[in-house]
Amino acid sequence: MSALAFDALNVFLLACLVVTGLAIARLRGLFAVAMLSGIYSLLSASVFVLLDAVDVAFTEAAVGAGMTTVLFLATFGLTRSREHAAPHQKRVPALLVAVACGGVLLVALSDMPPFGAADTPVQTDPITERYVETTHEEVGIPNMVTTLLASYRGFDTLGEVVVVFTAGIAVLMLLGRCSRERAEDES
Amino acid sequence: MRALQQEHVVLRVIAKMLVPMILLFALYVQFHGDYGPGGGFQAGVIFASGIILYALVFGLSAARQVLPPPVVRRLAPLGVLLYAGVGVFSLLSDRAFLDYSAIDPEHPSHGQHLGILLVELGVGITVASVMLMLFYSFAGRGRR
Repeated sequence: MSALAFDALNVFLLACLVVTGLAIARLRGLFAVAMLSGIYSLLSASVFVLLDAVDVAFTEAAVGAGMTTVLFLATFGLTRSREHAAPHQKRVPALLVAVACGGVLLVALSDMPPFGAADTPVQTDPITERYVETTHEEVGIPNMVTTLLASYRGFDTLGEVVVVFTAGIAVLMLLGRCSRERAEDES
Repeated sequence: MRALQQEHVVLRVIAKMLVPMILLFALYVQFHGDYGPGGGFQAGVIFASGIILYALVFGLSAARQVLPPPVVRRLAPLGVLLYAGVGVFSLLSDRAFLDYSAIDPEHPSHGQHLGILLVELGVGITVASVMLMLFYSFAGRGRR
């Protein structure tokens, strides 16, 4: 892909992200918001594909666009699916908080390396070369992301799985089992 | 959700065709993660979403017959135990925790392959069952 086409695609996708975000902020019907946040995830997944982060894109598409949307919908079955407009006196503080958060993010952004820079710590650190050069001999699996996540950083991934498991237990404790299911189990 | 069970023939037929394909794709992502993008986490989510699609179209009780909540609740810790079990196995063979070469000391890279496969399977089982657990507990509360 030529550099111009790559830039154009990136700008287009990021513009779509901004439009989707604004639409989510404006809409009051939460069903539409759930669908739009699914679209938002799908768009960010496309951005990740452009950045050659296929594994991340895969996760974003499956979790953000698929799972989260369904959980939102299931929640609307329990609560109201329409957002109440905030009263006027609350709008100014909310705007201030939003502007302050955005400002902090912009300040933090100036510390980021330029897009596609070759001299970032990730590129220049010796550990990168070590992984790239020796995974083939040591592990011999073509997908280096899998090698890194499951073998070199196996301890981290174990921690992640435990976090997922703990979150599941926490939801079970908070929401509990519905009474009908309990009755079915007991009978 | 209830209305879907009686009508919407198109949805029912299409969902019936899609669900096995989604489940098969999840297994592909699970066991092909060594070669292409994907792995246990993505596979678990895709597997769970196949079952959830089934639950959305055919009703929660139908899905609960396929994968009963007590089974799902036992599967979630099983994945973590499988993952940690591989680590304990390598500890018992006088290696570092989660050093998969311990599985096959003669051929360390074969041991690594097997270890990664088992560990990813553990991730997949835990993620799929936790996602289903979340869905069951959210959707189950709505039923009166």
